[in-house]
Amino acid sequence: MGEEEEVKLLGTWYSPVVLRAKIALRLKSVDYDYVEEDLFGSKSELLLKSNPVYKKVPVLIHNSKPVCESLNIVEYIDETWNSSEPSILPSHPHDRALARFWSAFVDDKWFQALMAAVVTKSEDAKAKGMEEVEEGLLQLEDAFIALSKGKSFFGGETIGLMDICLGSFLVFFKAREKLKKEKILDELKTPSLYRWANRFLSDEMVKNVVPEIDRVAKFIVELEDRAQSVALSS
Amino acid sequence: MAERSESEEVKLLGMWASPFSRRIEIALTLKGVSYEFSEEDITNKSSLLLQLNPVYKMIPVLVHNGKPISESLVILEYIDETWRDNPILPQDPYEKAMARFWAKFVDEQIYVTAMKVVGKIGEERDAVVEATRDLLMFLEKELVGKDFFGGRSLGFVDIVATLVAFWLMRTEEIVGVKVVPVDKFPEIHRWVKNLLGNDVIKKCIPPEDEHLQYIRARMEKLNVKSA
Repeated sequence: MGEEEEVKLLGTWYSPVVLRAKIALRLKSVDYDYVEEDLFGSKSELLLKSNPVYKKVPVLIHNSKPVCESLNIVEYIDETWNSSEPSILPSHPHDRALARFWSAFVDDKWFQALMAAVVTKSEDAKAKGMEEVEEGLLQLEDAFIALSKGKSFFGGETIGLMDICLGSFLVFFKAREKLKKEKILDELKTPSLYRWANRFLSDEMVKNVVPEIDRVAKFIVELEDRAQSVALSS
Repeated sequence: MAERSESEEVKLLGMWASPFSRRIEIALTLKGVSYEFSEEDITNKSSLLLQLNPVYKMIPVLVHNGKPISESLVILEYIDETWRDNPILPQDPYEKAMARFWAKFVDEQIYVTAMKVVGKIGEERDAVVEATRDLLMFLEKELVGKDFFGGRSLGFVDIVATLVAFWLMRTEEIVGVKVVPVDKFPEIHRWVKNLLGNDVIKKCIPPEDEHLQYIRARMEKLNVKSA
C-alpha cells in the first residue's frame, strides 16, 4: 500500500458491530485513528458526511473514502490488506459462501430474534422469541462443526468472518448473564459454541480489543433506565 | 477457481416471477454458464428445496456439483468467484465495497419499504410512497453520468436492482401509483432503458404480460384493489 495511509474508524466503545471492524484491523495489524461518536448527543459532521444513508457506526475511512456496514468493512479490510495474514475470508468460493451465509443469518435472522425477545414486554412474545433464538443457536452449533472442520474457529485455524460476526456479541451476552443471570450460550445445549466463545474471547487478537464486561453491564443498566424514563415521561 | 468441465453440474431451484431467482439467472447467463432450472411452487415447497435450504426454506438455491448455496447475494458472489468471465463485481476493493453496500440497500431498504405500498390506501400509502422515493433518490444520484450502476456495463448492483426496474416499476401499473415518476427520477428511467437494451436482461426477466397477470392475481388474492 502507499506511504500515506490514512485509516480512521468512527465508532462507539460499546457497539458490537464497531468491534468487528476493530478486530479485523487488529488481525491485519493496521494502524488507525479511532473517533468515538456520541450517539446519545449529536453525531459528528464527519459521520453524517461519511454515512449519509444510514448515519450509523462503524464507518471506516481509508484515504478519505468511507466504507459503511460492518461486514462490508471486514471484507474490505481483508481484501485491502491482503498481504497480511491471516485471511479473514477462506479461499475457496464455497467456503466463502458459507461464511457469508452464516454471517447474514446471524445479523438478519438470529440477532433480530434475540433483540425482539429481549425488548418485548409481553411474556408470550419473549418465550416465543427465545425459542427462535435457541433454535438458531442449535443451527449455529451445527454450522460451527461444519465450518471449523475440527479446528478452533469458524474460520479454521484462525479467526474468520463468522468468528468476528458472532463473536462481536459475546461480551454483551456475558454482561447480560452477569446482570440478569440469563444465559444465552448454554454449555450443555451448544457445547462447541460454548467452548468456541471462551477461545475467541481469550484470543490475543480479541482480548485487548473487546470492552470490559463490567463496563458493558453498567451500560446496559443505563440504557434500560433511559428507556424506562422515556416510557414514563411519554 | 473451478475449471469448466463436462461433469460440472449447475442447478438452480427458482421461481419464474421472483426477482431474487431471476437475478441468479441473469448472472449465470452473463457468464455463459449452463444450468438446469427447477421451478418451485412456493405454495407447496418440494422436499428437495426443504432439504437444500433448511434454514430459510426459500428460493433461489444454487446447487453446484452437489453443494447447495442459498441467499441471492451470497449466490451472486459465489458465481462471480467461480466463473471468472464477464466479472460482475469490480476488482478494486473500494468499488467492490460500494457495490455490496448498494446491493444490500436495494434489498434491505428499498424492497422492504416498497413492499408496504401494496395493501395500503390513502394517507398511509402516501407516506410509504414518500419513504420509498426518498430511498430511490440515493440510487438516482448514483446513476448520474453512468449508463449502469456498474459504469459502462452491467454489474452487481444493476443485477440486484432489476428488482426496482422490473418488479417495483411493473407493480406501479397495477396498484395505480407512480412510485417512480420520470420527472423525479430521470436517471432511473434512463437506466431502465439501458437495461432493456441488453440481451441478457431481455432474455432473463419475466415476460411482461404474464408477469403483470401474475401480480394482478396475487393482489386479488390479498384483496388489494387494482387500478
